[in-house]
Amino acid sequence: MKLFPLHLVPNDTSIDFMRLRWVSIAVAVILAVVALGAIAFKGFNFALDFTGGTVVELRFQAPPDVDGVRSRLEAAGYGSAQVQTFGTGSDLLVRLQPREDAGTAAAASEASNRTAQDVVRLASTEGNAATVMRSEFVGPQVGKELAMNGLYTLLCVVAGFLIYIAMRFEWKFAVAAILTTLHDVLICAGFFALTGREFDLTILAGLLSVMGFSINDTIVVFDRVRENFRSLRVEPVEVLNRSVNQTLSRTIITSFVAFLTVLALYLYGGGSLEGMAISQMIGIVIGTISSIFVACPLLTIGFMKVTKQDLMPKAKDVEALARRP
Amino acid sequence: MLEFPRWKYALILLVMLASTLYALPNLYPQDPSVQITANRGFAIDAALRGRVDAALKDAGVQSKAIDAEADSMLVRLPSLEAQTAANDALRTALGEDYVVALSLASTVPDWLGWFGARPMVQGLDLQGGVHFVLQVDQKVALDKRIESYLEDARVILRDKRIRYTAVERRADNGVVVTLAEGEDVAAAQKALATALSARGSANALPGAGLSYQTSGNQIVIGLPQAELDQIAGEAIEQNLTTLRNRVAEVLGKASEPVIQRQGNDRVVVQLPGVQDTAEAKRLIGATATLEFRAVVEGNAADAVASGRIPPEAKVYQLREGRGPVLLNKRVLASGDEMVNARVGVDNNGLPAVDVTLNNVAGQRMFDYTSANVGKLMSVVYIERVPTVSMVDGKEVRSVRVREEALAPTRIAGVFGKNFQTTGLEKSEAENLARLLRAGSLAAPMDFVEERVVGPSLGAENVARGTKAVVYSFIFALAFFLIYYRMFGLITCIALLLNLVMVVAVMSLFGATMTLPGFAGLALTIGMSVDANVLINERIREELRAGVPPQASIATGYDKASGTIFDSNMTALLAGVFLYAFGTGPLQGFAVTMVIGILTSVFTAVTVSRGIATLIYGGRRKLKSLPI
Repeated sequence: MKLFPLHLVPNDTSIDFMRLRWVSIAVAVILAVVALGAIAFKGFNFALDFTGGTVVELRFQAPPDVDGVRSRLEAAGYGSAQVQTFGTGSDLLVRLQPREDAGTAAAASEASNRTAQDVVRLASTEGNAATVMRSEFVGPQVGKELAMNGLYTLLCVVAGFLIYIAMRFEWKFAVAAILTTLHDVLICAGFFALTGREFDLTILAGLLSVMGFSINDTIVVFDRVRENFRSLRVEPVEVLNRSVNQTLSRTIITSFVAFLTVLALYLYGGGSLEGMAISQMIGIVIGTISSIFVACPLLTIGFMKVTKQDLMPKAKDVEALARRP
Repeated sequence: MLEFPRWKYALILLVMLASTLYALPNLYPQDPSVQITANRGFAIDAALRGRVDAALKDAGVQSKAIDAEADSMLVRLPSLEAQTAANDALRTALGEDYVVALSLASTVPDWLGWFGARPMVQGLDLQGGVHFVLQVDQKVALDKRIESYLEDARVILRDKRIRYTAVERRADNGVVVTLAEGEDVAAAQKALATALSARGSANALPGAGLSYQTSGNQIVIGLPQAELDQIAGEAIEQNLTTLRNRVAEVLGKASEPVIQRQGNDRVVVQLPGVQDTAEAKRLIGATATLEFRAVVEGNAADAVASGRIPPEAKVYQLREGRGPVLLNKRVLASGDEMVNARVGVDNNGLPAVDVTLNNVAGQRMFDYTSANVGKLMSVVYIERVPTVSMVDGKEVRSVRVREEALAPTRIAGVFGKNFQTTGLEKSEAENLARLLRAGSLAAPMDFVEERVVGPSLGAENVARGTKAVVYSFIFALAFFLIYYRMFGLITCIALLLNLVMVVAVMSLFGATMTLPGFAGLALTIGMSVDANVLINERIREELRAGVPPQASIATGYDKASGTIFDSNMTALLAGVFLYAFGTGPLQGFAVTMVIGILTSVFTAVTVSRGIATLIYGGRRKLKSLPI
């Protein structure tokens, strides 16, 4: 066997993905339900971007005693303080929820100013002083707005995708692509709910880029489906199967490389980009799997079933054909 | 079959050169530095240089270079620690005479600047600094304005000897005037309309948009939404101006503070390099006011020199070091009595500043001007900045008061609460109106968001972000070189150009780079790979189908183009919406992603095809392709 050209996926695969369609859809539905359940019952561990509150990132000269810091903060009346290590061992992240008695925003802000100083003072010990690397305070109102904006972005992106794909392809494709993409985002989000990882703005951005990536994968497959429907004279299921097989190599290579780049982000990007990188890594894996196993099977079920007529040249294309010699 | 027009080669070459040129400034690191600007009356000269050298020497700080410019001096330092030390030392040594502020100095050579090339703007998460979002309490501004309308209406009716039983504010911000029995409602309405709305010639005066309705013995003065919006808009603009003045005063212009309006009632303040939140907050909370005073005649310079100052006068310094001036101790009107000041036009259509006072001050002004036509008047600008200094290890809070007089203007005629200052250039008029308005915050502001990033964290973020992007690039390159061999190399060149192009476009348009922006850059690599994979896989497919190599390349590119367009379009949509709804760092992510997608289509489809054609287009006996 020749070494070159190299292949991650052998040429001319003819795996019968469609035969597995009920299994794969069932798995997808189960995953989605689990994710939904996690979101509904466990909820997200929203970061201060959305809840409001104060975060102080501290750097110590030597790795600090986390429990000691926590108990000292507790003793000083910061009972709700969450203390966790961040990045390297000598960095700590202290999160404080906004106090109920904060009253006006000005008072809350003044309080946050004091708390940042308090936290440094309490966290420092003799010989292991802490310095503030970063401190953030977000008012509750702003947090609510950021959350709403995130929701709007999500809705707009979904609507935009629907319109675009419906325009370029056909509404059945649009619905299938959106369902697949939402499924991917849902599972990603479910992961964050399930593990209780902090959900902040960068993760939201990560989820949105997952949408972009996942729909991209699906579109490449659908593009091939459209092409094959027009040129092949076989059953729709066979067309779908061949399309998935033909694009399989591309799908896997692209995802593999994209995964590598995001892996670099995860490995070297530091604590603040970690969440984003994780959301993208999961998104890429799920997006790839779903574009192979879920997107096309959706086009064979019930009202979503595509036929050759759906994709045959429409009236204006017929005119264009007629004009040809 | 495998052809590529010459003009496209020229285009590619041009884009390559331009991208390299505009991306280049980002390679030059910025020097941590300390900027010294002179307060009025002090100069940037050799003497200052001596003081700076001595102060640095005392503190044991070694500077890299000290550049003196026309109005500032820049001390470049080798490290962030040295910067902090130098800043502290210089602040103590130079005191109040000079403004000392941290900044990052560019090391980009001049010749790059000739082409307009400059490095990307770094977000606060990369530079370090404070980010505030303040909420403007619009209700206070509105209350102030409506109070003035109420007051005005009462005075007008009194002047016209029209009896009224009540002048009240309504819940919807309108004003209801209830006249006494038997008064002529129509006449009263006319009087109010003339006095409130049609003042002077300038149509932009406050009150122009008021509506009047009569019912029974009541006149309802309505404030239409446009008027309310204008009041709110003016309040926020005034606060912005005030903040800009203060920040420029304390930090100097070098640190490039960002003070922007966000939405209808928010102000974003970003102060790069500032670490002390408490100090920044005091700066923002500083108050300023102004006073209208009559000029006392006589030669001020002589009076100051001889010490013979008229008993009713006080010496003030004119703004911009234009010497002393004698002003009357009696205040004609003060800042809190001023309702508004804005740029308008005089009777000759020349720029002027329209000032509106409240009634009490208007009456005083009327009395004074009636007797003093042709004399000079000036405005004194007073600023109180709370300062904190450390004395014996304790915080000592004090207020620094700065007073300066604006150039005197001549009283051309008798006026009351509305008057114009004429004889100004357009820029002068804008300046004066701004200064007058900047007297005080139109409405109080609350801090609703606050983010502080330490400078060392900023530097760390840059290092991490760069490292992540470099590695994601290396991972992709390594894979492509092994997997597609020659075409992998072509892809790599296209990817590299793509990266350079993104950086160049961002630098050229002054887009802000943030930490998530680096993630966007890494993701761009991941996504632009897609287009190249699609093309290469298509070419392989064609080859497998038995198509000759050159035709395979051509059809591969043609067939893949449609798919590339579709798949990138959707990713673009996601990026655009993220930019539209996102804030701060997230917008940085969206910007890099959107630019990256656009440039990747060009590099993947056009550039890589150009290179492939260059290599394989001319070979007649091509049997196989290294793909």
